Amino acid sequence: MTRIPVVENIMSANDQIAAENRARLDAAGVYALNVMASPGAGKTALIEETVKRLAGRLRLGVIEGDLATSLDAERTEAAGAVSVQINTGGNCHLEGWMVRDALARLPLADLDLVIVENVGNLVCPSGWALGTHRRVLVASVPEGDDKPYKYPTMYHGVDTLVINKIDLLPYVTFDMERFRRGVETLNPGLTTFALSCRTGDGLDAWVTWLAEQVAVYRAERAEAAR
Amino acid sequence: MHELPVTQSILNIVVRHAEQAGAARITDIRLVIGQLSSIVDDSVQFYWDMIAAGTIAEGARLHFQRVPAQMQCQACGAAFALAASADFACPQCGSSDVRVTGGEEFYVESIDVETA
Repeated sequence: MTRIPVVENIMSANDQIAAENRARLDAAGVYALNVMASPGAGKTALIEETVKRLAGRLRLGVIEGDLATSLDAERTEAAGAVSVQINTGGNCHLEGWMVRDALARLPLADLDLVIVENVGNLVCPSGWALGTHRRVLVASVPEGDDKPYKYPTMYHGVDTLVINKIDLLPYVTFDMERFRRGVETLNPGLTTFALSCRTGDGLDAWVTWLAEQVAVYRAERAEAAR
Repeated sequence: MHELPVTQSILNIVVRHAEQAGAARITDIRLVIGQLSSIVDDSVQFYWDMIAAGTIAEGARLHFQRVPAQMQCQACGAAFALAASADFACPQCGSSDVRVTGGEEFYVESIDVETA
């Protein structure tokens, strides 16, 4: 019997594909987001509202991960983004290879920003890198203020947090202080936006910030290319 | 459930390392899994028995070393496990100024093989 040291990350194959996706995006100068949330938090609504507000300024692509339908892609296409659908066929999350195939179907040379909508799930998507530049979590008020405590992996692993449906705060039990305390423990200093896709409250700050991220990214790419 | 692709990934990794070493059979596999990596041991074992069949890893024993999600209190310095506290508050001083310091491990540590 011989012992062989391995010390290899179990996700290494996916991570490799994610790195290839990132290289492909960077070669085209396209900034990309991985939007994750529980079902019903408002991922599609946020993407829809974001596309509507940015469509005149940026060229947008959307990759929709959905279990079986193309409803979400139809919504984001109508809002003004080139949209492709990945039907995961029951898979609970997107994986690097699915996004690789979807990127091949997008006209990357003609885009500035690609938004990937992951499958609605607060567990599995956090484990699979896609190659995007930012991981955005959409939380929503009706889900309850205990979610950071119940899904620490997801809250620990994202770069930006959007708290949606703040128009419902007067009607549901949601202790914003408790929610934010849990987030701060898991992800100190996390960039956070509180908004409502229904009323539009807070959306401008989010969209302005996102456009800035794209501008900074493009400036960095241009600098690197010189 | 994402245990199936994870189990497939473990199989790919161990077979590659075993073949590089010229091994004929894998008998044991040690996995280090942090609490923040959402994987159910029993599920991995279940899929393992199916997908490892017919490979040099068939019948290999999976050993899961679980690493708890460690927290550290920024106020008093106490270290404690994530599950041990309500709302992540420090069990020693009650402060909510705590940070996650571990639990993201997710790798194949080593394998035991027979060479002939």
